[in-house]
Amino acid sequence: MAKMTLIDAINMAMAHELENDDRVVVYGEDVGVNGGVFRATIGLQERFGEERVMDTPLAESMIAGMGVGMAAQGLRPVGEIQFSGFIYPGFDQIISHAARLRNRTRGRMTCPLVIRAPFGGGIHAPEHHSESTEALFAHIPGLRTVIPSSPQRAYGLLLAAIRCPDPVIFFEPNRLYRLTKQEVEDNGEALPLDVCFVLREGTDVTLISWAPAMNETLKAAAELEEEGISCEVIDVATIAPLDMETILDSVAKTGRAVIVHEAPRNVGVGAEIAANLAEHGIYDLRAPIQRVTGYDTVMPLAKMEKQYLPSTARIKDAARRTMED
Amino acid sequence: MKTVAKFEIGFEQYLDPEGKPTKKLPRTANKEELLKLYRLMTLVRIFDTKAIALQRTGKLGTYASSLGHEAAHAAIGVAMKEKDCLAPMYREYAAQIERGVKMSEILLYWGGDERGSNFSGPAHDFPWCVPIATQYLHAAGAAAAFKYRKEERVAVTVIGDGGTSEGDFYEAINAAGAWQLPFVGVVVNNKWAISVPLEKQTAAETLAQKGVAAGIECVQVDGNDIVAMREVMEKALAKARAGKGPTLIEALTYRLHDHTTADDASRYRSDEEVKAHESKEPLIRLRKYLMEQGWWTEEDEEKLIEECRAEVDEAVSEYQNIEPPGVEDMFDYHFEEITEPLAEQREVAIREARRNG
Repeated sequence: MAKMTLIDAINMAMAHELENDDRVVVYGEDVGVNGGVFRATIGLQERFGEERVMDTPLAESMIAGMGVGMAAQGLRPVGEIQFSGFIYPGFDQIISHAARLRNRTRGRMTCPLVIRAPFGGGIHAPEHHSESTEALFAHIPGLRTVIPSSPQRAYGLLLAAIRCPDPVIFFEPNRLYRLTKQEVEDNGEALPLDVCFVLREGTDVTLISWAPAMNETLKAAAELEEEGISCEVIDVATIAPLDMETILDSVAKTGRAVIVHEAPRNVGVGAEIAANLAEHGIYDLRAPIQRVTGYDTVMPLAKMEKQYLPSTARIKDAARRTMED
Repeated sequence: MKTVAKFEIGFEQYLDPEGKPTKKLPRTANKEELLKLYRLMTLVRIFDTKAIALQRTGKLGTYASSLGHEAAHAAIGVAMKEKDCLAPMYREYAAQIERGVKMSEILLYWGGDERGSNFSGPAHDFPWCVPIATQYLHAAGAAAAFKYRKEERVAVTVIGDGGTSEGDFYEAINAAGAWQLPFVGVVVNNKWAISVPLEKQTAAETLAQKGVAAGIECVQVDGNDIVAMREVMEKALAKARAGKGPTLIEALTYRLHDHTTADDASRYRSDEEVKAHESKEPLIRLRKYLMEQGWWTEEDEEKLIEECRAEVDEAVSEYQNIEPPGVEDMFDYHFEEITEPLAEQREVAIREARRNG
């Protein structure tokens, strides 16, 4: 079994589906000869040809809208938006059509479309390259929003997204693209799109996170362990639909919850999780729920990025607060 | 400075507003075909009048009339093959009826019931599309799928004059050109985008020429002349089917009714302007031509109107007798398999619906 990075695993998942399903096409800006600006699609055009791995004109609404058209006519398009910060011109097509086509036609037409986009902060990129906007998509009925945070989960979740008969927004944490390597077997086994992952078992506090912040969250858990605080760590990964059962089960055990995300706090997905914990798990809670998030500011440029992103120290502080009597 | 590119836009017309041929008519303009088109246009005219009446009496929601656009729409429907794909906007009833969509389904949609979009026409045809211009990209995507699978199928889409100011319109024709897709884009230029007249929409002399910037063939046609409209459609479809690329067609017509029943066009345009266009509408000129040829009489006309009325009445009664959907319908088509959070809300809604009777 090969050790590989998260971006290698993304590439391997697309190659697997291109190999096994003629309906799959990969398209987007610079995804062909160049293999994508991050090289997520490297080698795919060479291997599968220009008809299946297509460079498109520079137009994000076109990527989303033609994706709707291709998907509705029987293809399994996998479109790439170069950075999630450039997805907004395609927002109308995603919200008004991809998410609605099945419902609008009462099942006559469907939209098995995947839109992939690099996502999140921490790579010192220019403006519009570092935001976390999962809440915008999680709010939309008819959409699935998925964000893997390890090579194995990236492979299994992308396979699932491509095979999903409904549209999936697939955000890829660019900070984690090459951060670590993990053994990933190219076995074609998809992961479920509606189940959270328990990455670490613990008894004192549940740390709930996703996307690149998963990295700091796992570090915080390891360091808190040394202080004698036992953390259970959940990677939500499938932001919508949200698997509250796994989160509620964990909090029933630990009695404490810290939610960590890079996106702004206001109306973030953390608020939805906290509200669900309050509605369905309040009697299990032994301390107020804590949120460690980005600030409600515009994502700063590179120089202040570090100040904005949830740090391991902030996560540890929040966990410690839940342990105070 | 030397000239690096030049363009010209052709204008196609066979029948003038008086129904007089301006040149020799094409092969498709034979008695049988023209009578078929005249019946279709008359049916839609009567349907349209009835739909507006239903809305005015509270039996239908907001409705977008097709009054005056019948020739452009009928030509699209008749020229296309069943296997081709239509991505309409929301008033191309003649095209859709010709493709098998039932009038009762059109009413169902405007009556506020999603089931109307699960219509009887080709299952691959797109439903009505409200966000202006977005349908152009769906057609481009469909055309890309047909080209990918090497199928001899064409995606046809329709937009208004206002829609050509949208980015999606240009993104679609640009992609269709870049990829040489089997795509036919029709711009039904009815001169008004709700209250905004064409001259405020663009400084371009024609809307057809917007295709020039996309590098695709483009043509303007008298959209009230069913003969010209059909001929231009047939040519564009044949070209696309042969793998020779996309076409943009600007069909000149006039919106004789309000934008929708929620609109009041008297707020922004004069009766004189509307009256001036009434004499140029498409049914009059075709009828004149048919009568001139001796293929149509006053008696035929009366009989046809009676038949169409009966057909429309039957559709209305079908529409009015459709059982309302169950509340679970609101939930059951978001995903192939309902998600757990949604399933919980579905139970709540069913319980509430029972309580509300």
